[in-house]
Amino acid sequence: MALLSVEELSVTFTAKGRKDSTAVDGVSFDVDQGQVVGLVGESGCGKSVTSLALMGLLPGKGVKVGGRAEFDGKDLLSMSPRKLRDMRGSQLAMIFQDPLSSLNPVVPIGVQVTEILERHRGLKGEAARKEAANLLDRVGIPDPTRRLKEYPHQLSGGMRQRALIAMAVACAPRLLIADEPTTALDVTIQAQILELLKELVDQEGTALLMITHDLGVVAGLCDQVNVLYAGRAVESAGRRELFAHPTHPYAHGLLGSIPRLDAPRGEPLSPIRGSINDRIAWADGCAFAPRCDYYTMECLTGTPELTEPRAAGHQVRCVNPVLPKPKAEVSA
Amino acid sequence: MSLLELDDVKVHFPVRKGVLFNRTVGHVYAVDGVSLKVEAGQTYGLVGESGCGKTTLGRGVLRLVDITDGEVVFDGTDLAKLPEEEMRRYRRRLQMVFQDPLGSLNPRQNIESILSEGMAAHGIGKDQDERRERIKEILAKVGLPTNALSRYPHEFSGGQRQRIGIARALVLEPDVIICDEPVSALDVSVQAQVINLLEELQESMGLTYLVIAHDLAVVRHISDVIGVMYLGSLVEEAPSDALYAGPKHPYTKALMSAVPVPDPEVEDRRERILLQGDLPSPANPPAGCRFHTRCPWAQDRCAAERPVLTDVGDGHKVACHFAAEIEAGTLELTRPTGIEAVTETKAVAAEGPDADKVAIPAQSSGDQPAEKKAEKQEQDSAEADALAKADALAKADAPVEADAPAKAEAPAGADEAAEADALAKTDDVPPADDADAGKADADDADAPESDASGAESAKTG
Repeated sequence: MALLSVEELSVTFTAKGRKDSTAVDGVSFDVDQGQVVGLVGESGCGKSVTSLALMGLLPGKGVKVGGRAEFDGKDLLSMSPRKLRDMRGSQLAMIFQDPLSSLNPVVPIGVQVTEILERHRGLKGEAARKEAANLLDRVGIPDPTRRLKEYPHQLSGGMRQRALIAMAVACAPRLLIADEPTTALDVTIQAQILELLKELVDQEGTALLMITHDLGVVAGLCDQVNVLYAGRAVESAGRRELFAHPTHPYAHGLLGSIPRLDAPRGEPLSPIRGSINDRIAWADGCAFAPRCDYYTMECLTGTPELTEPRAAGHQVRCVNPVLPKPKAEVSA
Repeated sequence: MSLLELDDVKVHFPVRKGVLFNRTVGHVYAVDGVSLKVEAGQTYGLVGESGCGKTTLGRGVLRLVDITDGEVVFDGTDLAKLPEEEMRRYRRRLQMVFQDPLGSLNPRQNIESILSEGMAAHGIGKDQDERRERIKEILAKVGLPTNALSRYPHEFSGGQRQRIGIARALVLEPDVIICDEPVSALDVSVQAQVINLLEELQESMGLTYLVIAHDLAVVRHISDVIGVMYLGSLVEEAPSDALYAGPKHPYTKALMSAVPVPDPEVEDRRERILLQGDLPSPANPPAGCRFHTRCPWAQDRCAAERPVLTDVGDGHKVACHFAAEIEAGTLELTRPTGIEAVTETKAVAAEGPDADKVAIPAQSSGDQPAEKKAEKQEQDSAEADALAKADALAKADAPVEADAPAKAEAPAGADEAAEADALAKTDDVPPADDADAGKADADDADAPESDASGAESAKTG
């Protein structure tokens, strides 16, 4: 039994006088204890909305959420707001992309960290302050007692992200959702934060749902990777399997379009044509078909199902997967 | 003679205080003495993290910001000393592509108006009809439909907007295009389209690029020569392949080792140098070598004397006093990095299972680690203090770890601790006050004094 089991999650935004827009269109994945699961995709693929839906942070009006998301046997989507509030912060925690806008600018860091300790762990006064200093120290913020009195703007970007992580792990949550935790940071700071996340997962056995657009980050961190496109998972595999044999034309194309630091110079990149706006509804066929190099008329007849073309656990939603090409290259 | 030559360019922004007298109380040294040469038909990549001054330098070349000192020689003319009106005419030949394609296009002008404005200003084309024909040619070159002419920026996707930005530069038939983060606002799949477009255009039109970007992989992909900037000055400059094959400056080494590669095989083997802390403020840059506050190899001389960019052969230039020593491996580390851990772990791995206990004496201050442990496991600090005094005793002190869960990664923790211990006995390493080091997992194990490292491994074990 997985710690978090998401089945056919869908999120549709509705507005008067406009067509419904479906951001997440049937996403399913499992996260086990101590596992790092990645949701990868470009902007507009529904990865952030997925995380907000799981945390119950979507607005109540104008949003239709469907499917199931069971955390430890309890459905998060149908849970009462009061119960969900108890869960958030203590069992489930989230790290956001932009650390400056996720921290309250007019409240010192210390108050923001102790708030969680008071709410969920019942610590008060000096004890809470001491624990807060411990937490900051643990995520690698030097001189934590001084930092507790400072405001978010006095901290550097990397330090703010560390403070957010400290708040997220304050109650030793069982599931940590990190939504693009390093996107706003420089590479050297990114490396520090990724090491910190890795360490937390290793030590505490926390499950981590990593949401990112950066395949490089995924390659170093995630056990299981789900590639999303237009609100659906198009490929799901262990990281080694995925990077060695990307099978969905989108995943394949994505890897082909990244300039690699270790690649020899002069080789042109092989980008995917068009943009995310060139897509069709999943109900009519494969949403990626208009951009796909491999598409046939078959792609336009109904939603393709997730199938297992290769190794166990490697699932692909495609009727014309990129199978023969890598093999031909190997034999040639 | 290079097409574009920068000689000791400085851009300092005054910091003012007070209302009435507007005193200048200091300067932000955004660009502080950069010299570089861009050859015709080539691409010079300028790379660095946010705040290193790379964008200011690019804007300084076009005189979009005032240059405090230095020369910008373009095709034999020093742009820095040109009167404003003459400079305006020179800007036809030096164009810029900006980072944010939406922010740099006027939302109330259609594409034809955006593209023809510059042409009219510089007197290209007799009338609007002739300009329109020229614009259509360029639109085809950058891969936009001709019906784009009457449309407005918001109707385009991010990638298309960036193509419009490139087209705006191209219609003036420039010699040099300065691309400031040309692809960082775009999605990966679209990013590749724009990179390929830039390369095709360079080939077909013989353009010279100065590409400014933070993404080392992108810069390496398109540049012939790369300059690495740190806090307002170049620390290393080399041909693209040479820089990748053998970075010589410690900052470049760290930067390159921090870039994730989308390949698990590479990721698992990658040696990392984790820098500690953040970029110092350019308003108050460190004396001597700007990097010495974070450099893993920093020596006394680095704090006193600022190194100059010197050629070490084959056009590879580096600004470091000790580049050769670091290369030869004769310089001892003064701060923890990931490098040593990789090799030394193997050597001490033999110490085996009880090695993780010895990590505790490696902590320098008795109080902090004790506090830390109290957080996870109820340890009395007296025990920790006792341990801190003698490492020999500590080895025997097994119960410390008794309640820690035995995990799969225990061997790694053991190695780390063992190594920390080994070093603690022999090495004379100043205290690492920055606990970042401890977060570096096994990589950072060569920091015996880093209390975080010790405490973490104690917990892991």
